[in-house]
Amino acid sequence: MQHISVTVDGMEYNAEVEPRTLLVHWLRNGIGKVGTVVGCDTSNCGACTVLLDGRSVKSCSVLAVQANGSEVTTIQGLADGNEWHPVQTAFKECHGLQCGYCTPGMVLAAVDLLGENPNPSEAEIREGLEGNLCRCTGYHNIVKSVAYAAELMGGGSK
Amino acid sequence: MTEVLDTANAIGRPIKRKEDARLLHGQTNWTDNIQLPGTVHMAILRSPVAHANITKLDISGALKRPNVVAAFGAEELGDLNGSVPCVWPVTDDIVMPDFPALAKGKVHHMGDCVAVVLATDATSAVDALEAIDVEYDVLPAVIDMEKAIAPGSTIVHEDKGTNTCYVYNLGGGYDEVAAKADVIVKRRFINQRLIPAFMEPRSVVAAPMGMSDEITVWSSTQIPHILRVLLALVTGVPENNLRIIAPDVGGGFGGKLQIYREEILVTQLARKLGKPVKWTETRSEDMVASHHGRDQIQDIELAATKDGKMLGLKVTLLADMGAYLQIITPGTPLLGMFMYPGIYKMDAYDFTCTGVFTNKTPTDAYRGAGRPEATYAIERIVDELANELGMEPMELRRKNWITHEEFPYTTVAGLTYDTGNYEAATAKALEMFDYDGLRAEQKQRRESGDPVQLGIGISTFTEMCGLAPSRTLGALKYVAGGWEHCTVRLLPTGKVEVITGTSPHGQGHETAWSQIASSILGVPVEDIEVIHGDTGRAPYGMDTYGSRSLAVGGQAIKAASERLVDKARVIAAHQLECSPSDLEFVEGVFSVKGDAEKSQPLGAVAFEAFTAHNLPDGVEPTLSAEATIDPQDFSYPHGTHLAAMEVDTETGKVTLRKYVCVDDIGIQVNPMIVEGQVHGGLAQGIAQAMYEGASYDEDGLLQTASLADYLIPSSMDLPSFITGSTVTPSTTHPLGTKGVGEAGAIASTPAIINGIVDALRPLGVNEMAMPASPMTVWKTIQAAKGGAA
Repeated sequence: MQHISVTVDGMEYNAEVEPRTLLVHWLRNGIGKVGTVVGCDTSNCGACTVLLDGRSVKSCSVLAVQANGSEVTTIQGLADGNEWHPVQTAFKECHGLQCGYCTPGMVLAAVDLLGENPNPSEAEIREGLEGNLCRCTGYHNIVKSVAYAAELMGGGSK
Repeated sequence: MTEVLDTANAIGRPIKRKEDARLLHGQTNWTDNIQLPGTVHMAILRSPVAHANITKLDISGALKRPNVVAAFGAEELGDLNGSVPCVWPVTDDIVMPDFPALAKGKVHHMGDCVAVVLATDATSAVDALEAIDVEYDVLPAVIDMEKAIAPGSTIVHEDKGTNTCYVYNLGGGYDEVAAKADVIVKRRFINQRLIPAFMEPRSVVAAPMGMSDEITVWSSTQIPHILRVLLALVTGVPENNLRIIAPDVGGGFGGKLQIYREEILVTQLARKLGKPVKWTETRSEDMVASHHGRDQIQDIELAATKDGKMLGLKVTLLADMGAYLQIITPGTPLLGMFMYPGIYKMDAYDFTCTGVFTNKTPTDAYRGAGRPEATYAIERIVDELANELGMEPMELRRKNWITHEEFPYTTVAGLTYDTGNYEAATAKALEMFDYDGLRAEQKQRRESGDPVQLGIGISTFTEMCGLAPSRTLGALKYVAGGWEHCTVRLLPTGKVEVITGTSPHGQGHETAWSQIASSILGVPVEDIEVIHGDTGRAPYGMDTYGSRSLAVGGQAIKAASERLVDKARVIAAHQLECSPSDLEFVEGVFSVKGDAEKSQPLGAVAFEAFTAHNLPDGVEPTLSAEATIDPQDFSYPHGTHLAAMEVDTETGKVTLRKYVCVDDIGIQVNPMIVEGQVHGGLAQGIAQAMYEGASYDEDGLLQTASLADYLIPSSMDLPSFITGSTVTPSTTHPLGTKGVGEAGAIASTPAIINGIVDALRPLGVNEMAMPASPMTVWKTIQAAKGGAA
């Protein structure tokens, strides 16, 4: 077992984990952050995407021990109190989700995308979200949501 | 008759979804989130081979592993090893093999369950699987349907002596009309096997609740109510002691319209161990163990006159059942049986379907279930007929489709389509698409010999939705009904509960059902709570599949809401000292006609009904009403879908440049949700045409057993869609609705393939296998050129 200290959604957690434990399993089973979900076992779907020190990662592709000393933001910590993150607002306004299972990962991938490129074109949005699969929306409204989020955040889609 | 309010007018508005706040903040209740104290976790040893006798199975090693509580093979499980049921024995002489939850001495497909381990944590359970000693005597695998039914084939279920599950015939008279035909077009289409691949893997938790004899089962399912009945029958747990909860469910697409062996195992083991048992599949398990869809060989003949009048259609299907029959495996191809003639008038129709066993994962419903296969066949062969006759493909369709004046129209397959307006939907789609402009560009590219050719794909489809009139289901030997239930309760505080038997998993029922109730009760949408997916709170229902929830469930909400208003009217009249007929009901308020001062809002009536201090004689306290509605008929959404396909003739690369669809789904309760449903359906139908296909090797091993190998389209693989609608209300459904869940998936596949073939016609290409990958397209081009592929 190895000791880790990770700040998740603003709270510091100290834990002993098996070295093989994936970050997503520790988030879900270790500290009950079940808003982050698992959709596959080959790192293809991106449902488990979180922000690790501000950048999006698939938390199935990171070991919990690798997150030691880092800050993790999950979908449960994205809003600022009652204030929704603009990406969350945009997904609701543009009907960018249906079953909602890919949504935590999709939203956090979009947050990272907009951090990197506040003014993305449709093609850039599509490219930026390529690692996150959705089976419900055909991506149409997800792309619209991200473009709208860019607008809300002061960038705006090309 | 209660007035339906124009003033509340919640129907038809693109209200943002109530569901989204939770889903966007991770405040969700997926089955895998449920962590009950003392839970033991189940892991499954699955067959790595397609067909084998199990010559040795020793679970004792697993029992010695850390944290392991128990382990079972079929022998250890004994009588608790239930058989997975099939509820649609389509013919009297159908062959129905036993489908034990844990294989008994023999495995029949890759992924079949061989043994289970239960441990105090999931990791320990998985780790202990390797300590199970199992040996297989591998048998030849039955993979190809034609070989399977040829003499001398290996038999999947030896005790049955045949790989033919059933033969189903409908119609007749084709040969007679074909004899008079000028043209007969024959094609073989392969409607390949697909994997539903809902994003949330399946998960089940079963727990003895310690109070009474109740066992609660949480499952990621589309069908909590049907599951309750079937689990009771399979396990012997009295139905009254079973409570099934479908919490947040992450997609289904038919793949969770099932009673799975894992649901049986988890329930039985929770009983046996007396503690909560949990199992969540990995994606790799899902790919081999959740049912697949489609998988038909379609031999199609269309007979016509030389001026393009269709005379008759002959459909001969081989339908792959896979290794076992699951809930509606045999019936799934027959859901398409009535739809092969599509929107066209003709004189004769012959249909034969042969269900075939193979050593593959069982098939069952996948978005559209039989109807995408039918639509693909008819829309593809109509294009081939047009080519044969040298006619413009849309002109050929116009010449043969049912015109809007001809409804209601009874088709050659025996269905009566209540309404439709194919002319209107098509005219709108052609304009939105710039059909003439794109045809001109196509001509120019052909003439200039552009290496990237342009093709235009057409699909003018209809489907049968709103499953289903119970008597019709009975006539088809389906063992359940097709009704739907709703209870509407007005609480003393004026809030409303709409308790529905539908069970959403992404469709936004909480929002849309609130809109229906709001439009009748005049209560704001936000004051209405929709309760679903829990047999303890919503005891009656037939669940969600087959685009039925609005078409059938919506009727029940309407009827129950109207009955509630009727009861409230009697109470309000008593309070206001007038006759019920003197009251009008507008925006949730009863008022005396001509004396608006005398009024009582519905909420106040609810409180009177609650206190019961001053009710009219013979009126019972509380204000609720229920309705259980059996639909009068199916509903028939239709639409025109157009795809502009660019095909690089040098590389085989296909690009979907533009996709336009105009769907007529009747009255739309929430147009925003409707559009979303269309988008998602399009993505899945386009994926069948261009990307997805489950493939097996000759040993019966699934080659596409992960999301790394099975190509679910990403955001890069699809364009934005251009959607529109026409509104021709259904006349057999009181809300005028028809259903939209499957439309996109049903219509889009042939539009894409017709477009690719259209692009390549000048090269002599008349067929295209699915998925139309660059390699497949390139090889087809080379073959047409006569070169070596």
